[in-house]
Amino acid sequence: MIAGRVWKFGDNINTDLMLPGSLLHAPEEEQMKSVFSSHRPGWLAAMRKGDIIIGGRNYGMGSARPAARSLRNIGIACLVADSINGLFFRSAVNFGFVTLECPGVSSAFSEGDTAEISLEDFTVSNKITGTILKALIIPEQLLNLMCGGGIFPLLEAEGLVTPVRPVRAKEA
Amino acid sequence: MGMTIIEKILASRSGQAKVSPGDVVVVDVDCQVLEDMSFFHFGRTGPRDILKVWDPSKVVVIYDHDVPAPSARTAAIQDAGREFIKEFAITRFHDIGRHGICHAVVADHAYALPGTVLVCGDSHTCSAGAFNCAARGVSGPDTLYAITTGKTWFRVGETIRYDLDGRLPAGVSMKDVFLHIAGTYGDHATQNVEFGGSGLPWLGMNARRTLTTMGAELSAEFATFEADDVLLDYIKERNPEPFEAQDPDPDATYRARRTIQLADIEPLVALPDAVIDNSVPVGQVAGVPIQQAYIGSCANGTLDDLKVAAEVVSGRQVAPGVRLIVTPATQLIYRQAIKAGYVEKLVDAGAVVTNATCGACYGGHMGVLGPGETCITASTRNFKGRMGDPTAQIYMASPATVAASALAGVIAHPGEFFRGDV
Repeated sequence: MIAGRVWKFGDNINTDLMLPGSLLHAPEEEQMKSVFSSHRPGWLAAMRKGDIIIGGRNYGMGSARPAARSLRNIGIACLVADSINGLFFRSAVNFGFVTLECPGVSSAFSEGDTAEISLEDFTVSNKITGTILKALIIPEQLLNLMCGGGIFPLLEAEGLVTPVRPVRAKEA
Repeated sequence: MGMTIIEKILASRSGQAKVSPGDVVVVDVDCQVLEDMSFFHFGRTGPRDILKVWDPSKVVVIYDHDVPAPSARTAAIQDAGREFIKEFAITRFHDIGRHGICHAVVADHAYALPGTVLVCGDSHTCSAGAFNCAARGVSGPDTLYAITTGKTWFRVGETIRYDLDGRLPAGVSMKDVFLHIAGTYGDHATQNVEFGGSGLPWLGMNARRTLTTMGAELSAEFATFEADDVLLDYIKERNPEPFEAQDPDPDATYRARRTIQLADIEPLVALPDAVIDNSVPVGQVAGVPIQQAYIGSCANGTLDDLKVAAEVVSGRQVAPGVRLIVTPATQLIYRQAIKAGYVEKLVDAGAVVTNATCGACYGGHMGVLGPGETCITASTRNFKGRMGDPTAQIYMASPATVAASALAGVIAHPGEFFRGDV
């Protein structure tokens, strides 16, 4: 069960807003400092680890840049949106960031509400209003990757890639 | 019930008789494209090494984002890529001089074949859907999975079918068709788009690729065209490999079926910051002053786009205070544009014709916007901050509208300047 304070974001949130192009070559520690910096100045300082983002339609549209990793790195516990861009969803799976599609979720929450998410029965509950919604089921294999640290542990276990080099671990 | 084009390709490449919306399929990857940014994720300049390449003959490496290298860091990344290519004996390598935006190089050489699966990290990989190919961006980590295992996974979504009927009016392009679709029907997240219709014989591969490339901006899972003689003839001249094209079944199930009358499309502009539900007729924003006009990218750096731009500006001058920057999508297109006289016409009018690169489209180099500037662009995205400073305003339109605006110094309807036949 994941529970946390809700931040609302609208429709068509693109990955440039979460990870500005000027930081494409920067280490992830730098990238995470600019999440929504131009879209919503001050938000990064106001959010806390464990908070939850509720998005509208087409969340994560645009570039393949690892915006899901930045959301994970700043401590967002979960993202739930009415619909999610397929490429962003892949990144969420691969970087181990819990992301659910739940049609109607954006109108069921106000900013500051408390959301509770179950990955056992894929329900999204508003603890303030009592509304309970059903999210789309994530197939077991993908859910295991998403909740198990992403795809890199699998690639390492199968001997396909090396672990992160210790000297460069901070840029993993 | 039958299957759509994409369902048939995914069924074929996953070894199944049938796939349906809601399925997750594991498919064999027929072509794996890496661009220079890939070597930020692995190799000597990345955090880890790849220990295995499933099949080097299926890999194509194309340098595009940062070429020629604008920094020591990107130069080092590209050098690491050259090492990787040697280590794994990859033969299809487009280094600087034979480079270009990877999706456009794929088209130049018809590396994408009908009925096959092509993946690349970059979001605009859907461009190759014009080749009746299941092509999409999968991002960095899935690139590693595909190159090391030869496989990847896809969610099967529902399909929206678009029938393109009739012919486009002069001065109107497939970019306008995209802006019409994005403005009328909104996003297509979790869905595929499929294109066919009686207008196909008049739509060349460049026009089709503009539309499939912009499929990424619809958030479509896949964007695919039917395989017709225009496509098959194009491939025959470029790639001798065998393939099996996939046609939609007559009883395929679509979420919706929509007809676009191409003759009814007019020049459109997307207002700044978003492409979805944000299109207006050019007249609504005509007169907005601009400082930069840009024509390029995997969507609008084709030879046809350069031709239109050259025809619009031929014998005229770019307005004072405006930079017209034109970026051919590939080195091959650049050479063709020189031979056809397009580069001379553009440069004579005061345009800058740059080297082939993703360049200004992603705010990387050669046309980055400063604070408070206004740009009209024929590229892929107009998001806040996309081409540089987040206070810059980016309008998006067709190459004809962008070229016309460069001459006028303000956003302008291409009809005022257009003399050619698209």
